Parts: sequence; C-alpha cells; structure tokens
Amino acid sequence: MKAPMSWLGDYVDLSGLDATEVAARLNVTGTELDRLIHHGVETPERIVVGRVLTCEPHPDADRLRVTTVDIGADEPSQIVCGAPNVAQGQVVAVATIGAVMPGGMKIKKAKLRGQESRGMICSARELGIGEEHDGILALDTVLPDAAEIAPGTPFSDVLLHADDVLDLEITPNRPDCLGLYGIAREVAAATGAELRPAPWTAAGAQAAGTTVGPGEDATEGTGAAVDAAGDAIEGFSLEVATPRCPRFTLRLFEGVTVGPSPLWMQARLSASGQRPINNVVDITNYVMLVTGQPLHAFDADRVAGGSLTVREAVDGERLDTLDGTTRTLRAGELVIDDADGPTSLAAVMGGARSEVHEGTTRVLLEVASWDGPTIHRTAHRLDLFSEAASRNAKGLAPEQVDWSQALATRLLRETAGASRVGGTLSAGSWNPAVVPPPLAVREARVQRVLGTPVPRPRQTELLDALGFSVTDAEPDAPAGTGTLQVVVPAERRADVTREIDLIEEIARLGVVADLEPTLPTRRRTVAARLSPRQRARRRAEDVLVGRGLQEVVGWSFTDKGAAGRLGLDADDPRAAAVVLDNPLSEDQAVLRPTILVSLLDVARHNRTRGVDGLRIFETGTVFRDTPDPRRPDMPYEHLAIAALVQDDLFAAKGLLEALMDGLRIDDWAVEATDEVAFLHPGRSARVLVGSGEDAVQVGLLGEVHPRVADRWDLPRMATFLVDLDKLLPLVPEQRPFRAVGAFPDARFDLAVLVAGDVTAAKVVAVARKAGGALLEDVSVFDSYRGKGVPEGQVSLALHVRLRAADRTLAEEEIGGTREAIVAALAEQVGGVLRG
Amino acid sequence: MQERIAELRAAGEAAVAAATTTDELEELRVQHLGRKAELPNLLRDVSKLEPAERGIVGKAANQARQALQAAIDARVAELQESELDARLIADRVDVTLPGRSEPVGGLHLLTRVRRDIEDIFLGLGFDVVEGQETETVHYNFDALNHAENHPARDRADTFYLAPSPALDGDVQRLLRTHTSPMQVRHMERAEPPVAIIVPGRVYRPDSDATHTPQFHQVEGLWIDTDTTLADLKGVLLSFARAIFGPDREIRLRPHFFPFTEPSVEIDVSCHLCGGTGQLRDGARCPLCKGTGWIEILGSGMVDPNVLSAVGRAEYDPERVQGFAFGMGIERIAMLRYGLSDLRPLYENDVRLLEQYA
Repeated sequence: MKAPMSWLGDYVDLSGLDATEVAARLNVTGTELDRLIHHGVETPERIVVGRVLTCEPHPDADRLRVTTVDIGADEPSQIVCGAPNVAQGQVVAVATIGAVMPGGMKIKKAKLRGQESRGMICSARELGIGEEHDGILALDTVLPDAAEIAPGTPFSDVLLHADDVLDLEITPNRPDCLGLYGIAREVAAATGAELRPAPWTAAGAQAAGTTVGPGEDATEGTGAAVDAAGDAIEGFSLEVATPRCPRFTLRLFEGVTVGPSPLWMQARLSASGQRPINNVVDITNYVMLVTGQPLHAFDADRVAGGSLTVREAVDGERLDTLDGTTRTLRAGELVIDDADGPTSLAAVMGGARSEVHEGTTRVLLEVASWDGPTIHRTAHRLDLFSEAASRNAKGLAPEQVDWSQALATRLLRETAGASRVGGTLSAGSWNPAVVPPPLAVREARVQRVLGTPVPRPRQTELLDALGFSVTDAEPDAPAGTGTLQVVVPAERRADVTREIDLIEEIARLGVVADLEPTLPTRRRTVAARLSPRQRARRRAEDVLVGRGLQEVVGWSFTDKGAAGRLGLDADDPRAAAVVLDNPLSEDQAVLRPTILVSLLDVARHNRTRGVDGLRIFETGTVFRDTPDPRRPDMPYEHLAIAALVQDDLFAAKGLLEALMDGLRIDDWAVEATDEVAFLHPGRSARVLVGSGEDAVQVGLLGEVHPRVADRWDLPRMATFLVDLDKLLPLVPEQRPFRAVGAFPDARFDLAVLVAGDVTAAKVVAVARKAGGALLEDVSVFDSYRGKGVPEGQVSLALHVRLRAADRTLAEEEIGGTREAIVAALAEQVGGVLRG
Repeated sequence: MQERIAELRAAGEAAVAAATTTDELEELRVQHLGRKAELPNLLRDVSKLEPAERGIVGKAANQARQALQAAIDARVAELQESELDARLIADRVDVTLPGRSEPVGGLHLLTRVRRDIEDIFLGLGFDVVEGQETETVHYNFDALNHAENHPARDRADTFYLAPSPALDGDVQRLLRTHTSPMQVRHMERAEPPVAIIVPGRVYRPDSDATHTPQFHQVEGLWIDTDTTLADLKGVLLSFARAIFGPDREIRLRPHFFPFTEPSVEIDVSCHLCGGTGQLRDGARCPLCKGTGWIEILGSGMVDPNVLSAVGRAEYDPERVQGFAFGMGIERIAMLRYGLSDLRPLYENDVRLLEQYA
C-alpha cells in the first residue's frame, strides 16, 4: 500500500515528521515499511511555471519547434520542444537546467539540430503526475487560474507533484490500512500526532476547505447512515438474492461529463501507483484509496431495465468482463444481473457491457460489502486480484460502504459536474441493529500474557488512540485487577473479536518496544535431552563423517521419470511416487521414492564438475504413495540414511559395518538378492537385523546397477540405503558390558575349500557353532578362487580366536576345538582343509 | 687350573672391552662361551678332578663364565644404544613430504547449524521433537487459526498433493509449509507443560537466490500456566546471543501471524556493523542495509484458538498459555556464514561443502 506523505498529511498532522521518522514509528508498531519511494521529479525546486512567448518551427527539423519561454528570469529561455501541441501563449511547466527528472534524467544545456535549448517543457508523464505523453502539459487548459500564475513560480506551489511515498506492507488482518485514513490513524497512534476528521464527514470536508451537500456526510461509527434523500431512485431497482452480500448500495448521478480528472487527483493517484483514466473511474479509485472500500461505476443507461440483482452464479455461466475476456463461472460465485443477464463479476471485475465510457452522462455508483472468503475464492481461481478484488476479499465492514458513497458523492459533484438524483438504494443481509457486545479486557490478564503490568488508564489511552471506545467498568478497582469494556470500531471488527486481540493492540503500541526479558521455568522434572533415537541418528551421521564421507542435502523433489531411470517396474512399491498437484516444474513434479535418487543426482553434478573419488551420504525423508501405518490417511514416509561411494560393494559394506558398530548393533546380517532393479544383481544384498523369523529388513547394500549408473553418467558406485525409522528403534541404549578376561587367548588360522556357492556367512556360522563356549571370534580374512583351487570351489581363510574366562587354554583344548571346527565344516558344508 | 681360568677370563674381558660391534661380540660369545670354547669345557671336565679341587675349580670357572657373560651383555647393551643412535641418524626422512592421505568427511552446513540450534535450545530447557513432512490442511492451516481466505493457503504459496486413490480419507494433503503443524500434533499427545523445538524440512513454491522450494525450519513452543511475552523475549535473546555473539540485542517488532496473538517479528542487532548501520569506513552496512537490525524469525503468544484446536481440557486457553516461534535454518546459516545465495547449498558441490565442514 503506497501512502504519499502529502496526501497522508491531509488526515494526520505530520508537521515536524519526515517520511523516515513516520516509517520508523510504524515499523515498530506493526506496519512494516517495504521501501521508501521518492515519487516524481527528484529536484522539484527546479521545475517552474513558464509562459510560451514565441513558438517557431525549427529551421532544420520538421518535428521540432523552437520556443522562447518566460521563466521569470531577466531573459526568456530558448527551449527546443518536440511536442505537437506546444503553442504561443501556453502556461507550461518547465524543467530548468540542472533538474533531475523521474528515472534520473538530468536536464542540461543542449543543442538540438543546431538550436540551443535551455530546459524542457514537460508532459504530465515526464513529471510523473499522469499518463498523458502525446504533448506537453498545458496548464492553462487544466488549471482554472493558470493565466494568473507569475512565470518563474515554483511548480510545486501550483501542484504538489513530487513527494515521498511510504510503500507499506499491510498484514492480512488489517484491511482498514488498505485505506489512507486507516494508515493515518495508525500514524497518529504511533507518533502522537493529531488525527484529523475523516474526509467522509462534514468536519472532514470542512478541514479540506469545502462543505458537504446532502448524502455527503457519513458520520463515523457504527450503524447505517441515513440518506435524507430517501431509499429509492426512480427507474432503478435492486435485489440481493444471496446471503454472501451483506450490503449493496446504489446512487445515481446525472449531468456527468467524462473527461480527465483534476490534476491534483491525477498527481495523487500517480503517486499511489494508480493510472489516471477518467474523472469517474479516478474518483472511484481515489475514494477507495482513502477509505479502503472499493466502488464500481456503471453507465446507468447501459444497465438494462434499470434493475440490478446480486445472485450466485450457476456452474458454467459465462460473462464478458471489462478486460475483454470471457469468463466461465462456477456455482456459488457472485454475479450482478441486469435485465439482460450478467453484467458484472461481483466485487472482482465489472462487465464490459455496462462500463463507463466517453459518452457516459449518467453514472450508477455501486458500493457494496461482500463475504470475504467467497470473493477470495473467485479472485483466486480467476487470478484476478485487482486493487478492488483484493480489498473485497477481506470482507469489509458494511459501514465502510457509507463512507465511500459519501466521499464519492462529494467528489463527483465537485469535480465531474455531477448531480445526484434520488436517494440510496440499499439491500443485503446485514442487520445494523445487531451490534456486537463490547469486549472485556481484564487488567490481570494483560499482565499474565505480556509479563509486565499495564495500568488501565494506560490501556485506555492506547486503545483510544486506535479508535476504540473504552469504558472502565470499575475505575476504583485496585491496580492489577479491574476490567475495561471496549467497543470495536467498524473497520476493525473482523480483526478484533476477543480479549487477546485487544491485548495485542495494547502490546504493540505500548509494551513491546521496551519489554524486560525474563526466562521461563522448565517445570517438567526431567532434563531436556535428545531422545535416544535422535542421539543415535547423530551417531550414525558422525560415524560416516569419521570415515571421510561428506554429507549432502539433496532435493525431496524429483521428476516422474526417476523410477524408470532406476529400472523400477511400474508395479514396484518404490515406483509409487507421491505426486504434487501444483509442482514448480516437471523436474520437481513428485517426491523422491528412494534417497538414492538425490544421491545419484548429487554424484552426477559433482562428476560433471570434475570431482573424482566421491564419498557422500545423506539423511532425509523419502515418500511413497501408499498408506503410512502411523497415519493411514497420509502417504508413507520414512527417514533414510544412505551412502554412495565411487568404489565396490565391499567399500560400502565396510561403511555399513562401521555404521552398525557405531550404533552398537551386533545382530545383523546381509542376504544376497538379485531382485532390486537399481542394484547389480550379483553384488547386492538385503540388510537384516535380528535372526530367524524376527529378522527385520532395514535396508539394502550393493553396487549401483551399471545400467542405472550409466543413466547418471557415473562409473562403478556402491551404496547402502537404510531405513532409520526401522533401524533406530533397534539401537540398544547400551551394550552389556563384557569382561575382557585376564587369561590369554589362543589364535589359529584355517583355510578350507568349499563349493563356490557356500557363503562366507554360512562357513562362519558353522565354525562359530562348532567352536562352542571357547570361541571368542571367528572371521573370514581371505577368499580365493583361481590357481590351486579346483574349478567351482573357493578357498576361505578363517581367523579363529579362543578364550576361556578362568584359565589359560591348554594345547589339548585348543587342538580339540580346532578339530571340532574342521569336522563340522567337513560335515556341514563339505569343507576340506587346505595345506 | 685356576690360573688358566683367570687367564681365560682376563683374555675374554679384554676382547669384550675391545669389541666395537654387536656382531663382534656375538663372535666373542661363541668363541669364549660357546660349545667348543675352553671355559665351558673346563667346567664339563670338573668331574675328572680330585674331589677336593672340584668345588674350587667349579666355582671359579662358573664365576668366570658368568662374569664374561655379564661383560658381553653389558657391552652389547652399550653398543646397541650407540648403534641405534647411528641407525636413527641414518634413517632421517624429509618431514615436509605429505602424510598418507586420510579422507576427512564433514556434515552439511545445514546439519551443523541445525545441531547448533538444537543444542542451544536443549540448554534452554526445550525437548526436540520431529514431525512428518506431508500434512493435512487441518494441521497446517485450520488448527493454526488460518482464516479460510488467508493467502498462505493459495496454490501459489503451498504445494498440494495430487489426490491419491491409494490413500483413505477425504482430506486435502499438502507438503507442510512450516514446522508449526507439530504444535497441535504434539499437544494432542503430550500433557502440559510443553517445551519443544521442532526442526525439519518444509516446502513453499518459491525459487530465487534467497528462496528454495524446500528449506528448513525450527519451530519452538512453550506452554505452561504463566509463560509470558517477556519469557519469549528472554528465550530468543539468549538464543540470539548464543548464535550471533554475546553483545547482541534483540527487538520485538509487532507483526501479524494467524497462529499467534500478539505476534512479533524478532530483529537481532547486526553482528557485522555492531548495530550501528555503518561499517568502520563509514559505508552503509550491506548486511542490515544500514538499519542496524536484521530480521531473524517470527513469533508470538500462541493464539487461544490454537490451544482450543487441540481439543483437550488440559489446554483450555484460560488455564494455559505460552509462546511459539519459527525460524529458518537457511536464514540463520546465511546470516552467520555470510551466504548471499541459498542455491549452492542444494547443489552440493562437495568442494564447497568441505569448506563449511
């Protein structure tokens, strides 16, 4: 919302305050400054009024004229001008040498086709006060007493054309601040400056140096204004056939001459970012900017049958809006009919058929309040958030309708030659007799919420400045007790409905700026600490960092083709991606079904930038379009950790072993699988924790399938993927303490030949069982196929360690155990001792 | 006989004293004490002597042998020391050559900052809880007092999930736009008092240098019978000082959020210019843009409607109250590490990440 300082100054006394100071106060009371703009000419003092003394064709350029202009100096200035409408005798605005125009262009002495030019005769657009740029601004045609102005008079004395503009960020709860008078009220409350009477009241008109006519004084406060001219307009009728329009009013104006609006109005609209169009449309915009309440002008002679009906649309209805588009409506959206059918998309955009045009002489002025959410939905669906629609989407107070009617009526009379005919047609679901009861604010409650006392007189003062009417129900109640009764002004009624809302008003104006900090007491009698699961997650990450892996953070999003690139069939559960309804792009259309996708993406990104020997891991959420057992109405998601290294299976397995060891998980194993589409069928495994029927699959291990790696332009990569939601609960809080033993261990190695399909895990399991109570550890330290080993067999070298807790092992015990292991291997896996 | 023993001993000791290498000593050992040497053989032949002499000669020979052995051992030890010294001198290497490479891993900057934030709030008495990233409109907006026409619900501001035949229930699903849904979800299952932070990934359809469609937040929620706005200020002041330095101040700037009332944005005094708005050379501070303050998060007192949305008597807004806040981890990381563009954080060039690890 743009608030030009000079305009704002009409409604609040800004003397002694510059834009920066006003912005600073607003900033700390809840209205943030987006930016401070200087609108218009940057050196306004260098724009003066001039009189064109002579105007001759340029001797060497058909389109240029050479003028002499009296700018109040001893000598007239010669100025070369390209505008077709420049003429002798005109009163004009002249940018003198040194002037800096909007956008930064500096006026210098120049020669144009050989003719000296000392300055520029300005168009309205060059001055930033309007759209007109076909010719220079001839002041004598737009200002009544232009001929009287002495040449050399600063143009600012004639028209305030350059100004500081506060561009304010208005929070969604404050539609009242989408009108300048609302901002003026905030400024008054925040700075202590005096608020002037509202411009839609008699006092406000008087402050502006004018007087009100009938229907031009909407007294502030609650309740509907009563139009002395009655509630009928001859030849016009109105019906509201929906509860979604609390109030709809119409007034009729005759004798309207459509033309440019007064220069001061154009200048103000321009400074506020509104394009001047014509006087009728400009007045509706101007009034909206003051009150926050949108208006719409119909050409009264193009309202068929003189009847307007507000109703809910039926599905599929069509309407031509004034932007030249045909809109298809949905049930429940609001339209305004005349006798020929829909003529306006209510509260959002007028219809083409009834638009005010150059020949309009009779204007039917609509001001209405609407059900905010309904308008929001329509504007949102059609992407039509005009200034009017976005205000109507807030659901403004019905009283504001009267303010806009009153002010617009006065301005139409004063600036468009309009005279009002008849009274005010009014309809809608609003019952002004239903007045919300005052809100109670307990002084004790204020202190309890804010943590600092605010005496009732101070509360009253703060609320009063914001336009609330405050009564102290028990003025004698002791400090810290007592209650205020507060009546909320109409324009704040949607936002302030509860005690807490008033406490917020008190806080933002009077407490927040210098509140003493305190610390709360934790009353849960257990110290705050990460949960075992959270600690285990950190440990898992730290283990991988300790092994030299770099953590990455990939995208949760991927494209629909990712599952296909991973080689997953459409019916693979991992291919069931969660799909976004409104993705930013096709590349980010679904959520990753496995964390491998983002790791491969990161790996490719690094490879293409020349990074070699990549070792990365990631922890993050993956998603599947299948019910989450914890929340059946939501998609399944789980936290995964995965590593990806430019290496072979055993590198990844070593990392997985470190991870499991770091998490103190002993009872785990891998089981070969060739059923995972994105892993090498001969070099992949399922990762299981627990044994037998209780074993839980927690993840996968393997080399990335070469075809898949190739699709990501990667060499051989190995990975493990672990579901942390499954694994972390299996992490023991602590591992039982096991005595190391004071007696020495006995170690020996065995090499056995077994058939090639006997796994190392099986051999170890047999050896472990056969080793009995004395066996402390057995592990495979070498696996060999080739020369010296018969075809189809493998030689496995085992390292065995025996220990007894209470004695040094005797040779016979060691030999006996060795024999038992050898025998078991021979019997159960056909193992033949080598060498 | 005894004279011969003394001779042998003297000769041996002289030879040992003269030896200069351990190898030489080994030769001497063999020569004087080995199987074929005279002295041991003297001992072997003691039985052939007269009984009266046996004891005397045996003892002398034994003493001589032991003395010689001791002399050799002592001399060996002596020579070993000096030989080691010599060897070590010869074993000199160029210590400026590089070490054997050990890979150094690292956490991503976002994880480091998240852990820092978690640790600070643990110290302030907050527990850490986490929530799911897919959410319902109910928990993301309705229960958090967002009006039906609140702009955050717009499709331009929220990722909605496409309807799925695989899922039950007629609910509108979305990617959470903030970590705030955990406020109500946590209160539904936990008794007051509550003091939690919720770190996690969130999503909004924005994409430019300072906005990515996924980012990370930390939610804070403290509910008790007497938790105040002043407490909020104290907690966030403590946090700001822990993250940005002990000299920092904060200010509360009133704002609007649907789920808090009163709502305040928190500005921290600029750590680059010390809150003056100017650098030492008088230039306008680029970080705070000359204002001296940097916005770091949004917060406020939990709106009574949010407490009511929990639907439990324990959270009757007349009985309990408290504050909530939400901060962006990326924003904190940007401010603390001087990043001007978020996108590299998600491009994950490891050569960049390693610098922050």
